[in-house]
Amino acid sequence: MALIQTPSQTVGPYFAIGLPWEDGPDVVPPSTPGSFWIRGTVFDGMGEAIPDALIETWQADPNGRFDHPDDPRGAVAGFRGFGRSAADSQGLYGIRTVKPGPVPYNDGRLQAPHLVVSVFSRGLLDRVTTRIYFGDEEAANAADPVLAAVPAERRDTLIAKPTAEGYHLDIYVQGPNETVFFAV
Amino acid sequence: MTDALEHLVLPRYPRPEGLHPPLDYPDYRSTALRHPKQPLIEVPQTLSELTGPLLGHDRVGELDHDLTRQHPEEPQGQRIIVYGKVLESGGRPVPDTLVEIWQANAGGRYRHQGDQHPSPLDPNFTGLGRCVTDREGNYKFITIQPGAYPWGNHPNAWRPAHIHFSLFGRQFTQRLVTQMYFPGDPLFPFDPIFNSVRDPKARERMISRFDLDTTVPDWALAFQWDIVLRGPDETPPDVD
Repeated sequence: MALIQTPSQTVGPYFAIGLPWEDGPDVVPPSTPGSFWIRGTVFDGMGEAIPDALIETWQADPNGRFDHPDDPRGAVAGFRGFGRSAADSQGLYGIRTVKPGPVPYNDGRLQAPHLVVSVFSRGLLDRVTTRIYFGDEEAANAADPVLAAVPAERRDTLIAKPTAEGYHLDIYVQGPNETVFFAV
Repeated sequence: MTDALEHLVLPRYPRPEGLHPPLDYPDYRSTALRHPKQPLIEVPQTLSELTGPLLGHDRVGELDHDLTRQHPEEPQGQRIIVYGKVLESGGRPVPDTLVEIWQANAGGRYRHQGDQHPSPLDPNFTGLGRCVTDREGNYKFITIQPGAYPWGNHPNAWRPAHIHFSLFGRQFTQRLVTQMYFPGDPLFPFDPIFNSVRDPKARERMISRFDLDTTVPDWALAFQWDIVLRGPDETPPDVD
C-alpha cells in the first residue's frame, strides 16, 4: 500500500536564507572550455519581474549522458548537470553551462539538446517545470518529440535565443507569452 | 549495450492526483499573478526527468545540521531535535540525499532583508541547515522552535510555526519543497498556505509528531517527521 506523499508548499519569500549556493549557477566550472551563460528574466502575469524566483536546471553532459546510476547506458561520473540560480532584484537568472548532447526518447529516437527546469517562487504553491532548448539547433528541435507535443505557436517559449555570451530565455509564469509548463 | 536504446525500459513515477496544492488558490493572494493559466502539457517522463542531481556529502559542512552551533553563542529559544526518514511512496528509504532547511528565529523573524516586522533578530541564529540522509534514509537537525510569523496576506494574518524543507530525492520527478509544521498549532485553521493542500490526510502529512522518547532530558524536545517523495508505480518492471 502506497504511503501518502508529502505535499508541496511554496518556497515563500525568504528562501534566500537557505537555498542559493555560491557555485549554484555553475553547472560546469567557470574555466570549462566552451561554457556559456543562459540568462533571462522571470515575469508574472502583469509583466512585472519576479525577484523572489528560483530557477533550477538539470541536463546531460555534452555526450548526452547523465552521472546517475539509472542511466541504462551506465553512469558517467563527474558531470554535475545541476544548476541553481536565485533571481536577482530585477528578476534576472543565470546558469553557466555547456550544451548537453542528445538524450534518447523512450522509443529510441533522440531528443534535441535540452535542460529540464524547475521554477519556484513566492506565490507558487508547487514548482512548475519547463524545458530550455537551443535556438541554433533548428534541425534537432524540429525532430524533437517533446516539442512536437507543444502547440506550434507556443514552442518559442521553450527555445533560448543565441546571444554574445550564450543564450537568452525569459520565463513567463503567466500572461500572453506564458511559458509552456509540463505535467512532469 | 551502450546503444541498445530500443530496449530502454524506464520506470514511471506517476504524478499523484489531488495531492499538491492548486497553483491558482485565491486565499493565498500572491498566487493570482504567479500561476500558469494554460493547461500543463502532458509528455512522457524521459531519461531527463528520471535522473537527477545526486548531491551528497561534499555540500554539507560539519555543523550544518546543528542550527544552534553556527555562531559564537547559542540562539534564544526552545532547543528541539527534528528528525525522520526520507521515503518513497512505496516505503523504500531514500539514502544519501541532500536535505536543506530554512526557518525563522524563536520570535518569528527571518534573517532576510524582506522581513522587517518588529521582532528582534538573534545574532546567534541564521536559520539555515543542511544534511544528507544516511543509508536508511534518516536525517536529523538540531535547531530551535521557530515562532509564528505575521504576513500581509490579509488583516492580522499569521503563519503557523514552520520549517521550510527542500528535498531532491534521486531524480527530477522527486524534487520537493515543502514546510514542516508542529502538532496542535492553533493557527492551522486560519492559514491559507497550510490549507491550500485540500486533502486533510495530506495536510496531516505536513505535521510533525512530538516524540517524548527522543527528547533529551534537561536539553531538548524532539519532533519526528517523515517525508514521503514520489515513487515508481507499482507495476513490476520487465525482468529478463
